[in-house]
Amino acid sequence: MPKNNGVRGEARMVPDASFTSYYGRPVVKAAPWSNDIPAYLFLGGLAGGSSLLAAGADVMHNDELRRAARLTALGAIGGSYLALVHDLGRPSRFFNMLRVAKPTSPMSMGTWIITAYGPAAVLAAASEFTGMIPPGRLSRLVSFANRPAGIAAAMIAPVLSSYTAVLLSDTSTPAWNHGFKEMPFVFVGSSATAAGGMAMIASSVHNAAPARRLAIGGALTELLAIEKMKASMGVVSETLDLGTAGKLIRLSQFLTIFGALGSIVFGRKSRAVSLVSGLALVLGSACTKFGVFEAGQSSARDPKYTVAPQKKSLQDGATHARPKTRWDVLRNPYHRQRSSR
Amino acid sequence: MSKTIVHLGLDPAKISGWDVAQPRMGFFTDTSLCIGCKACEVACKEWNEIPEDGLDWLGISYDNTGSLGASSWRHVAFIEQAVPGGRTDTPSSASALDGSDLRWLMSSDVCKHCTEAGCLDVCPTGSLFRTEFGTVVVQDDICNGCGYCVAACPFGVIERRTGSHGTKNVGLAQKCTLCYDRLVSGMTPACAQACPTESIQFGNLSELRSRARRRVEKLQLDGNRAARLYGDDPNDGIGGAGAMFLLLDQPEVYGLPPNPVVATRELGQMWKQAGIAALTFLIGAAAASIER
Amino acid sequence: MAECHPVGFQWVTEAKKRGAKIIHIDPRFTRTSALADQHVSIRAGSDIALLGGIINYIIENEKYFEEYVLEYTNASTIIQSDFKDTEDIDGLFSGYNPELGAYDNESWGYRGIEEAAAAGARELSVNDQEHQISMHGGQGAAHKIGSQGKSLSDISIHSDRTLRDPMCVFQILRRHYSRYTPEMVERTTGIPQGAFLEICRAVTENSGKDRTTSWVYSVGWTHHSVGVQYIRGAAIIQLLLGNIGRPGGGILALRGHASIQGSTDIPTLYDILPGYLPMPSASMTAGLKGYLESLMAAKQKGFWANLDSYMVSFLKSYWGDAANPENDYCFSYLPKINGDHGTYRTVMDMMDGKVEGYMIFGENPAVGSANARMQRLALSKLKWLVVRDFNLIESATFWKDSPEIATTELETSDIATEVFFFPAASQAEKDGSFTQTQRMLQWHHKAVDPPGDCRSELHFFYQLGLKIKELLKDSKNPRDYPIRDLTWDYPTTKNGEPVAEAVLKEINGSHLAGEKKGKLLASYTEMKPDGSTSGGCWIYTGVFADGINHAAKRKPGQDQSWVAPDWGWVWPANRRILYNRASADPDGKPWSERKAYIWWDEAQAKWTGHDVPDFEPSKAPWYRPPDDAVGPDALAGNDPFIMQADGKGWLFAPAGIKDGPLPTHYEPQESPVTNALYAQQKNPARQVFKRSDNLSNPSAPAEGYEVYPYVFTTYRLTEHHTAGGMSRFLPYLSELQPEFFCEVSPELAAERNLRPGGWATIVTARTAIEARVLVTRRIKPLRIDGKIIHQIGLPYHWGVGNQALVAGDSANDLFGLTLDPNVHIQESKVSSCDIQPGRRPTGPELLNLVASYRRRAGITQDTGNELATNYEADK
Repeated sequence: MPKNNGVRGEARMVPDASFTSYYGRPVVKAAPWSNDIPAYLFLGGLAGGSSLLAAGADVMHNDELRRAARLTALGAIGGSYLALVHDLGRPSRFFNMLRVAKPTSPMSMGTWIITAYGPAAVLAAASEFTGMIPPGRLSRLVSFANRPAGIAAAMIAPVLSSYTAVLLSDTSTPAWNHGFKEMPFVFVGSSATAAGGMAMIASSVHNAAPARRLAIGGALTELLAIEKMKASMGVVSETLDLGTAGKLIRLSQFLTIFGALGSIVFGRKSRAVSLVSGLALVLGSACTKFGVFEAGQSSARDPKYTVAPQKKSLQDGATHARPKTRWDVLRNPYHRQRSSR
Repeated sequence: MSKTIVHLGLDPAKISGWDVAQPRMGFFTDTSLCIGCKACEVACKEWNEIPEDGLDWLGISYDNTGSLGASSWRHVAFIEQAVPGGRTDTPSSASALDGSDLRWLMSSDVCKHCTEAGCLDVCPTGSLFRTEFGTVVVQDDICNGCGYCVAACPFGVIERRTGSHGTKNVGLAQKCTLCYDRLVSGMTPACAQACPTESIQFGNLSELRSRARRRVEKLQLDGNRAARLYGDDPNDGIGGAGAMFLLLDQPEVYGLPPNPVVATRELGQMWKQAGIAALTFLIGAAAASIER
Repeated sequence: MAECHPVGFQWVTEAKKRGAKIIHIDPRFTRTSALADQHVSIRAGSDIALLGGIINYIIENEKYFEEYVLEYTNASTIIQSDFKDTEDIDGLFSGYNPELGAYDNESWGYRGIEEAAAAGARELSVNDQEHQISMHGGQGAAHKIGSQGKSLSDISIHSDRTLRDPMCVFQILRRHYSRYTPEMVERTTGIPQGAFLEICRAVTENSGKDRTTSWVYSVGWTHHSVGVQYIRGAAIIQLLLGNIGRPGGGILALRGHASIQGSTDIPTLYDILPGYLPMPSASMTAGLKGYLESLMAAKQKGFWANLDSYMVSFLKSYWGDAANPENDYCFSYLPKINGDHGTYRTVMDMMDGKVEGYMIFGENPAVGSANARMQRLALSKLKWLVVRDFNLIESATFWKDSPEIATTELETSDIATEVFFFPAASQAEKDGSFTQTQRMLQWHHKAVDPPGDCRSELHFFYQLGLKIKELLKDSKNPRDYPIRDLTWDYPTTKNGEPVAEAVLKEINGSHLAGEKKGKLLASYTEMKPDGSTSGGCWIYTGVFADGINHAAKRKPGQDQSWVAPDWGWVWPANRRILYNRASADPDGKPWSERKAYIWWDEAQAKWTGHDVPDFEPSKAPWYRPPDDAVGPDALAGNDPFIMQADGKGWLFAPAGIKDGPLPTHYEPQESPVTNALYAQQKNPARQVFKRSDNLSNPSAPAEGYEVYPYVFTTYRLTEHHTAGGMSRFLPYLSELQPEFFCEVSPELAAERNLRPGGWATIVTARTAIEARVLVTRRIKPLRIDGKIIHQIGLPYHWGVGNQALVAGDSANDLFGLTLDPNVHIQESKVSSCDIQPGRRPTGPELLNLVASYRRRAGITQDTGNELATNYEADK
C-alpha cells in the first residue's frame, strides 16, 4: 500500500516557481473513498430528484410518472445504502453513525437525512404494490401512508440532493473546498437532470413532460453553476479541466447538453429520442458527480493546489481573526462522546 | 443568531465539557535540534503496536516513511538544501567555505492536535473526541472507517489503515494519540521520551509556547532570520495547534500547509448555500410538475 | 556521531547550546554535519595530511601551550643522532628493512640508551614482531624504552629545554611536518586553504589555560593501513595544545557497539590477556620469570613495575588452588602464540584448509568483515561452524543463499560445513555489563526470561566448559590439564545460567589469604605477586569494592557532581579522565579556575579535586626521584603520563609503533592519487597478503589505476546496526532504510550517467556489487593535486540472504585485506573503484565482469602490494 495516497516519491524535476513542496508530495490526504462514494452522490441525487418528481406526479395524478419515479427513488436509495456501507473500513459498524447527531459533521447530518428519507421513500414505493399485499392491516397502512410518505420523501429530497455538496466542501480537499459556494447548485442541477432523464427512460413520452422540464432546468443550472464554480476557484479550477476529472467533466457537459437538446427538440415526439436523451442525461449526471469527485482527489494529491492558494492568501494579508459565534458553543457537547472503555 | 464571544483560547477540553483541572498538554518540536535519528518513529510504533507500513526505498534523501499516515504517526522529513555562496545567516547551516553551503533540515512531524480540529468536527460516529488533556484521539472500538476525517484534516495527518485481514485496527482511522494511555498514567509520550536531543518537548502547552517564543527569539538574534514558529498562534486558521514547531524555513518546504484553515470555519456558509440550492430545487421541481 | 551514536550526540547538542563550536570533518555531509557549525569535506584516506598541517600551523604560528609542552611532553628530549626522518629518505624513516617490510626502531630511541637497549632482550623473531601488546597509553614492544621498557634512571635523558637542538623531538617534529603547509593540505585532502585555516584557528583559539578542545573520532580514522598513526596525529595535536588530561579535552574514540572497549579489556584479541597483559609467546621458554623479565626491567619506571602482581593474580583467578609458586602459578598452562592468529589470518588459513572449526558470536563476518567474499568462501571450507545470534544471519545461512551460490562458485550440496545455530538471549534477557568507550562499566539487569532455547553467552561458555571438563576429567594428557584444572564453579540460577555478578567478582579479584581472606579487592594496588590475591583483570579491580556492584550505580546527574562518579564505574579506580595530573601545572595548581580538575592540596599534602587523581595521592609536585628509584617512585611529581617510562606525553614515539615514530601521510592501499609528499606512496610497513583471492586495484601512479578511478568509503546509517544482524530482521528499523544505496554527487552522476533512484554497479578487483542511486550534494567531488576526484559513499548494512526482512549486496565485498601493522586492522574506510549505471550481472556472469576489469587493469597478485616504492631506499 503506497504510503502516500498513490503518489510515488518522484521529485518534481521542474519545480513550479510559484510554490515549494516536499519532493512534490501531497500536503493533505485524499479521502480514501472508492467509486462507491461518487456512485452514492449520483444515486442520492437521483433518488432525491425522483422523489420530487413522484410527489409532483402524485398531486397531478400522473400515475405512470409517479410509479416510475418512486421505484427509481427506491432503487437509487437502496443502491445508496449499499454503496455507503460497502465503502466503510468496517461495514459491520455502520450503525455507529447513529450514535451522534453532529451539526459540525455533514456526514452525521447526512446520516440522519438518509435515515429520515429512506423509510419514507421505501413506504412510498411499497404503496405502489398495494395490490400485491394481502388485505389486512398492512395493506391499509400502506394505502394510508401512500401520499404522506411521498410528500415526506419529497420534502427531504432537496436537502438530500444538496447536502452532499457540503459533505465534500467541508474538507481540506482543495477542489471541493474552494468551490463550496456553487457546488450545491451543481449537485442539485445534476440531480435534476438525473431524475428527469431516468423518468424519461421509464415513462412514456406523453407522461414524461415534467421530467423533461426538470431535466432541462437542471441542465441549465448545472452548466451555469459549474462555470461559476470554476471562476471562483482560482488556480484550483485546473483540476476540473485536467486529467481524468477534466475528461469526465467535459463528457458530462456534452452528454447533458446533448440530452437536454434532445428532450427539447424531439423529446415530445419520439420515444427513441426520449430514451436516448434520458440516458444521456443520466450518464451526464453520473459523469458530473464522478468528475467533481475525481477533481477533488487529484487536487488533494498535488501539493500545488494546497500550497499556492494558501500562499496567496498570506500575501493578500488574510488574517485569521475569526468571528467567534454561537456556532462554537454548538460544537462543543458532541466532542465528549466516549465509549464505555 | 446573535454573536456570542466565546474564547476557545487554549482550553478546548474545558469547552468540550471536561470538568477537571488538567492544563492543556502538547508538543513543541524544535527542529533546530533534530538529528534525524527517527527514534521517535520507532518508539511510537513500538508503544502503539503500529504495523510496519512498507519496505520501500523512496530515494528522497533519508526519508523512507514519506509522510504521516495511518501507520506512521511520527514522520521525520529530510530536506537537503544547497544555499549558494558564502555563509548563510543560519547557524544550523554548515559552511563548507568553498563557495556553496549545504543545509540539511530535519523535522519530526506529528498530528497537530488542533484547537479547532477538522477531523474531530466531521467525525460522524463520535469516535474522535477531545480528551481532558486537550488532545484529539480516535476511539478504535467505535470508528467504522468512513474516512471522512482523512479528507477533513488540513495537514494530511489522519488516514484509514489498510492491510491484510487481522492487521490491528485495519480499516479504521488511525493517528497519533499523544500517547493518551501514557498521559493518564502521568508519563511522557513515547516519542518525546525517546528523542535524544530533546527536539521533541512535551508538557504544559502554554509553558511550551513561552519556551518556543524564547527559543525562536534566541535563534533570530544569533542570525537565524529564517527561524519561525508554526502552529503557536491561537489566531491562526485552526485556533493554534497542540503540537507546534520551530521551523528553519517556510512550512511548505517541510510539506506543511503555509496557511491552513479548518473547513468548519465556513461550514455555516456552506449550509446556507445548500439550503438555497435545496429550496431552488424544490421550487423548480414543483414548477416543472405543474401540468394543465 | 549523530549517525552512529544519536543518544550520545545529545551531549554535543547540549554543548552547542552552551556555546561550544562544532566542526565536522568527513568525506560526506551527514546528520552530524547538519548540526555542526562547520562541515569540512575531506578526501577519504588523507586525514594525516590534515593533522600534519594542523601540527605545522601550531608550530609555525607558535600556538602551542608552551609550558605544558615543555614540562609534560618529550618535546625537549633528544633523539639518537643516526635517526633519519621521512624528510631525509623521501617517505621512509631510518631502519627500514625492505625484505621484511618492517622497521628496526633502534635508531628512533632517545639518545643515551643505545647501551641499555643492546643489553636488553631483543632478538624477537619476525612472528613475535607481530605479537602485539596493547594497553591504554600506547603500544609497547617489550624490549624498548618506553611503556614497559627499560628503566631510564641509569641513563640520563638528553634534553634541550630551549627546544632548539636539531635532534630534539620538537625540532624533528617541526621538520617532519614542514611541508604540510596549507597549500599542501589543499592539494592532498581537497580542503580549501580558507576552511583549513578556520579549523586551525578554531582549535588553537579554543585551547590553552582557560579553554580546551576535544577531538572525537571513530572507525573512519582507525580502519586504515595507517590507522594507528591517525590517532597519533590527534594525540600530537592535543599534546601540543595541552588538551590531554584536562576536562573538555582529550581524544574520544567512538566505537562500533556498546561493549567494544570491554572486548579488549577482557579480550577477544589473540595477543593480549585481560587488563592488557601481553599473551606469552612460544619463544618465551623461561617460564613466568622469563616472561616477566622480558617485559619489565628490574628498575622499571612507572606502574608496569607491578606486572608480576597483576599476572600472578590473574593466574590464580584461572586456576585457583592448582596455581602455586612451585608450578609457576600454572603459567605453562597458558597458550603461547607463535604468529599472527588474528581474524584475517585465520580466515585465510580456513581458505587454505587449515581450520576445521569456527565459532561466531554476535558477529556477521559474511557481511561485516572486509573481503566478505573470502569470509563466505572460507566458511564453506570448515568442517563445523557454530553461530550464536538472535537471527539466522547470513554467516549462518551462507551454505544456501550466499552470492557465491548464485555465481556457482559454491554448490550447496558440496559444502560439507556442519552449521550449529544457537539462539541467543538479548541484553534485556540476561544480567551482564557493557564497557563503553569511556572505559565505563555499566551493568544491565535481566528484565525478562529469554524465550525458548535462547541462552546467554555466559551460559553457553559455562555449560560448554562443564561438558569439556567432564570429558577431560580423567585425562592423563598434559595438554588437557589447563582445562582440567580450571576453576569453573560459578553459582547458577534458572536453566544453568551462571550468576553474572559472580563472574564480575572473580574479575574484580579478592584476597585469598591472611586476615582479609575472602574479601573483595578494593584496588589493584592490593594485588600481590605471591599468590595471596586473585583477580581476573587488574584494571577492573575495584568495580566490586566493598561488595557493591559499582557498575550498577545509576545516580542521576543532577544529584551528584558534574564528574558523576556514581554513574557506572570507570577503570581504573573509577578515574574518569586519565592523566589528569596534567590538568594542573607543574606546581600542582590548576592551569585556570575555569578548567580546574585536580590539584595539589598543600594543607593535606595530597592531590585532590573533582576526580580520582591519576597520580600517587601523596606525591608532591616538586618530588624528584633519586637516581636509583624504581617503579612508580621513579616518576617525578611533574610526570603526568605515568604509564610511560619517562612520564611524559610522547610527541615522538621512540617505541611501540611499528610504522614510524611520527604520523606520515601515505596513500591508501588503493588510491587514484599519487602521494604528493613523498616518493613512498603507501605505508611501507603495512601488512599485505598476496593471494589470488585478495587481489588489489593498482594505485596511482602505476599502470592501470584509471580502471578504478573513484574513491569510495563505507559507513553506518542511524537506522541500522553494523552488519544488520540486529536491525534487518526488525520491521521498524528495516522500513526506515530498506535498501542498499550508494551516495554520489550530481557531478559523478552526470559523468557516469547514473539515474537518481536507479541502480549502479560498483566494481573493485574483488567483486562487483549493485546499489540504488541516491544523488546528493552531501558528497562532493574534490580537487586533489589539480585533478577532480570523485568519492562514493556506501552504507554497509546489507547482506545477501533469505532470512532477513531486507537484503542487498554487501559493501564489504568490495574490500581486500590490507592491514595496519600495529593492530592488524583492515583498511575498510577507503579504497578505489569504478561505478557504472545499471544492475550487476547475476550468476557466473558476475565473475566475468570482475575478470574483465582485472584484465584491463593488468592485475596480478603483486599489483599494489609493493611495500617500498621509495627508490631511494635501495641506495
